[in-house]
Amino acid sequence: MKAFFDSDIWWSFRRSPVTVVSAIMAFICVVGAAFASFIAPHNPFDLASLQLMDAFKPPSWEAEGDPVYFLGTDDQGRDMLSAIMYGARVSLMVGFCAVIFSTLVGVTVGLVAGYMGGKIDSLLMRIADIQLTFPSILVALLVDGVVRAAVPREVHDQIALFVVIFAIGISNWPQFARTVRGSTLVERNKEYVQAARVIGLSPLRIMRSHVLPNVMSPVLVIATLNLSFAILSEATLSFLGVGVPPTQPSLGTLIRIGNDFLFSGEWWIAIFPGIALIVMVLSVNLLGDWLRDALNPKLR
Amino acid sequence: MSLLQVKNLRVEFPTRRGTLVALDDVSFDIAPGEVLGVVGESGAGKSMTGAAIIGLLEPPGRIASGQILLEGQRIDNLPYEKMRRIRGRQIGAIFQDPLTTLNPLYTIGRQLVETITTHLPVGPGEAREKAIGWLELVGIPAARERIDSYPHEFSGGMRQRVVIALALCAEPKLIVADEPTTALDVSIQAQVIAMLKTLAREKGTAMMLVTHDMGVIAETADRVAVMYAGRISEIGPVRQLVRHARHPYSQGLMGSIPPLDRRVERLAQIDGAMPRLSAIPRGCAFNPRCPKVFDRCLVDRPELMDAGTTRAACWLYAEGAPA
Amino acid sequence: MSVAGSAPMLEVQNVARHFDVSKPILQRLIARERRRTLRAVDGISFDIPTGTTLSLVGESGCGKSTVARLVVGLYRPSFGRVLFDGQDLAEARADSAQRSRMQMIFQDPYASLNPRWRVVDIVAEPIRAFKLLKDKKAILARVGELLTQVGLSPLDGQKYPHEFSGGQRQRISIARALSSNPEFLVCDEPTSALDVSVQAQILNLMKELQTRLGLTYLFISHNLAVVRQVSDRIGVMYLGKLVELSPAESLFERPRHPYTRALMEAIPDLEMTGRQRIPVGGEVPSPITPPPGCTFHPRCPLANERCRVEVPVMKPANDAMVACHAVEEGRD
Repeated sequence: MKAFFDSDIWWSFRRSPVTVVSAIMAFICVVGAAFASFIAPHNPFDLASLQLMDAFKPPSWEAEGDPVYFLGTDDQGRDMLSAIMYGARVSLMVGFCAVIFSTLVGVTVGLVAGYMGGKIDSLLMRIADIQLTFPSILVALLVDGVVRAAVPREVHDQIALFVVIFAIGISNWPQFARTVRGSTLVERNKEYVQAARVIGLSPLRIMRSHVLPNVMSPVLVIATLNLSFAILSEATLSFLGVGVPPTQPSLGTLIRIGNDFLFSGEWWIAIFPGIALIVMVLSVNLLGDWLRDALNPKLR
Repeated sequence: MSLLQVKNLRVEFPTRRGTLVALDDVSFDIAPGEVLGVVGESGAGKSMTGAAIIGLLEPPGRIASGQILLEGQRIDNLPYEKMRRIRGRQIGAIFQDPLTTLNPLYTIGRQLVETITTHLPVGPGEAREKAIGWLELVGIPAARERIDSYPHEFSGGMRQRVVIALALCAEPKLIVADEPTTALDVSIQAQVIAMLKTLAREKGTAMMLVTHDMGVIAETADRVAVMYAGRISEIGPVRQLVRHARHPYSQGLMGSIPPLDRRVERLAQIDGAMPRLSAIPRGCAFNPRCPKVFDRCLVDRPELMDAGTTRAACWLYAEGAPA
Repeated sequence: MSVAGSAPMLEVQNVARHFDVSKPILQRLIARERRRTLRAVDGISFDIPTGTTLSLVGESGCGKSTVARLVVGLYRPSFGRVLFDGQDLAEARADSAQRSRMQMIFQDPYASLNPRWRVVDIVAEPIRAFKLLKDKKAILARVGELLTQVGLSPLDGQKYPHEFSGGQRQRISIARALSSNPEFLVCDEPTSALDVSVQAQILNLMKELQTRLGLTYLFISHNLAVVRQVSDRIGVMYLGKLVELSPAESLFERPRHPYTRALMEAIPDLEMTGRQRIPVGGEVPSPITPPPGCTFHPRCPLANERCRVEVPVMKPANDAMVACHAVEEGRD
C-alpha cells in the first residue's frame, strides 16, 4: 500500500485536479448505485408504497414540490432520486459485465492470434474485421431481435439483462483483440519470451505467464473507456425500448419514460436521469483518458 | 580564439523526487578545424552535452547555469526561432539514427535544396547543383540520378551519408555528431569516419564527436574529453589520453577495451557500475570504483587540474597526494 | 583455452533457413511478382567440440543470429540437420532432460528479462520448468547460489529488473541460463549492448564460468576484438554463408578470405600507429537478391570472371577452411 502511494501513478493522479474530481464523481456514482437498496430514500419498486397521488411532483425546491421527494416523482409516483440510484445500478452492472465479457473474449482472441500467427491469426482477425464493419448498436439490435424472436416473452424478460450484456459485449471485443494482438506481436519477439521458448515452455504457459501480464496496461485503458461506451449503449438500447425489461428500469429506461413528459412541463423526469448518465459517463471517460496518459511512458 | 566555448555548464532535470544534476560544471572549448572527441559510458552525459550545445535538450531538462559561446556570442539563452537558424547555418547536427533526421515524405534532394536556400544566398537551380555536389562528396554513387529518391530507398549506410551531407551543406562552422557511426556495420563505419574526417579537414569545420567507441576517437579526434557521471574527468590530446591516460577511470576504460592483436586470459575491468544521477557519491564520483582511492577522494570533489600531458579531475595530481 | 573433448557437442550439417518475405497474395498477383525468399542462412556446416567455444562473426544481416536460433530450436531448419550430442535436435528438444542441457543468453539486457517478474522468479523459471527442485526453500537457496556465482547478492532476488544496470541484468540472464545446469550455451551478442568496462566484466565472467563448469559456447558477435578473447575457433559469415572457418589464433595471424581481411582492416586502430586504412568499398547486398557466383565478388579486390559465375565451396587451406576461388588458386 505504501508502495502505491509512492508510485508514479499516484503522483500523476494527484497532479491532475480534473482526474481527482472525476474519480470522486465516479466513486459517488458507484457507491450510490451499489448500495441503492440501503441508502435510497424510497424503494421505487415496492408497489405497496407507491401512491398515484404523489405522481408528477416537481423537485422539492419548486413551488409545488414535496420535501419528501427531493428530485420529484414520475408518472407513477416513484421518487426520482431513488429511481435514478436503482437505475444507475442496472446501468453500471450491465456496463461492467459487458466490458468484462468483451475483455475476456477480446484478450483471448488477441493473445492467441498474436502469439500463434499464421493461419489462425488471419482467420481470427478477419472475423474481427467483419465484426467491426457493423456498427455496434446495430449488432446489439440484431442480437436482441434474434433472441426476441427465438424465445417466448416471459422467458425473454427473465433473460433480457443477459441478452443486453451479451449484445453490447459481443460488439466491442474486436477493439480489445486488435490492441492485444498488436502488443502481443511486440512482446512475442522480445528476448524474455524467446528465453522461455528455449526452456521449452508450452505456448499456453508462455502466453499466460509472460505475454499476458505485459499486454494488460492498454487493455486496462480500453476497458475503462469502453465502460462508458457500454453504459451509453445500454442507455441507447433501453431508450429505444429493446434493452433491459421495464421491471428493472435503467437510466436509459427512465429517460425514455421522461421523454413522453418533456414537453408537457414535467421536465425533471427526463432531465435528472440524463444528468446522472452524463456525470457517470464523463467521469469514467476522464478517468480513462488519464489512465491512458499515465500508463504511456512516452507522454510522461 | 576558440570557435566554441562551454563554460561551467550545468544541466538539471527537475523530477518529483528532487532535481537531478545531469551535467555539472562542464567546461571545454573547440578551436576552428579541431575535432574534439567526447567519450564515456552510457549516462555519463556526453550526448546531453551535445544536445545542450545545439539547443535541443529534452524537456524537462534545462540549462541551470553556465554559458555556451559560439564565436564569442552566447547561444545558450537564445529564443527558439533564433536558435533554430543558428542550428542550420552555424551548427550542423548528425545523430545516431539517420531516420530521425530525414523527413520520410520528401525526397533527399528537396531536403538538401531547402536547407541550402534557407541558409545560403543561392537560387534553387544553383542549390540543386550544390546538393548534387555534396552527395557526390559524401560518396553516393550516381548522385545526379538518386537525388530525387526518398530516404527509404537508401540503405542504412547511404542514409547516414545523406544526413552528413545535410549537416554539411549549409557549410556550418561546427558539427555536433552524436554516435554518427554506431548504427552502421564495421566496414561502412570505416568509410563514413574516413569521409567525415576528410571533409572536416578540407572545409576547416570544427567537430564535436560524441561516441562510446574509443577506436573511432583514436582515429578521428585531435583532443578527447572523458566524461563520468555528468562531469569531465579528463581532457587532453588524443595520443596522450589513449596511450598514457592519467585519470584512473580513463586508465580503466582504456584497459578494458579488448585488444585485437592478442588474446589475454583476463581483461582488465572496472568493477561496479556508474552511479545513477540520483545517487552520486560525495567527493569524487568515481571513488567507489577507483583502485587508487585515498581519504581526500571521499570528501572533496576534484576539479580538472594539470596532470602532466593532460588535465584530469583527480586528487592524485594535486599537491600532497600519496605517492 | 579448454581442452577439446572427443565428441562434438553440436554438429551443424549443411543447414539452411529461408524466410518467405513475399507480399500478400493479392498484392503479388496485381504486381505480377513472384514469391520472394530471404536466404538468411544458406547451407552452412560446422561442429563444436565439447568444452570449446566457436564464434560466428559477420555484419548485420549475415545470418549469424539466425544460426543461434536454429541450434536451440527457436527456428526449424529449411534444409540440413542439427545434431545435439549426436542426437537430432528435434528429438533432443522433445526430451526435457536433453533440453535442459542447452540454454541461451541474449543481446538486449532490457528485453531479455520479463519486467513484471522478480529476479528470483526469473532465475528460478528453468528450475521450475524442468522440475529440478521441488521444495520452495531449496529453489530459493539455489537461486541465491546462482546469483552469487554471477557476482550478485542473493538479496537481489527480491528486486525487479528495472532496478539493475545493463551489466547487472546481463548477469541475471546468465544466472537464469545456468540454473538448469546446461552444458551448451548459445550467446547471441551478449556484450554488444553494454559499455566497454562492463563488457570486460561479462566476458571475464563467461570465461571463468566456462573453465569452472566445462561449458561449450556458441558465441555470436560482430566485434572481432571480443571474439578473439573468447574463441577457440571462429567462423566468418557473409550473406548467409560461412566464408572462413579457422582456429582463432591463425585467423588473426593469417586471415585468408578477402572478406575476413576487409573486416580486420575496417576496425579503427587504437594503437595509433598512423597506418592508413583502406576501407572495403560498397555495402552488403540484400540477402533477397544476392549476387551470382561468390556473393562477395562485387566488393572483392581479387574477384575475376570465375568468381562472378561459380559459387565457391569451403576447401581446406592449411588449418582452416576457406570458400574462395582466389585462395584456392593462390591468387591472394
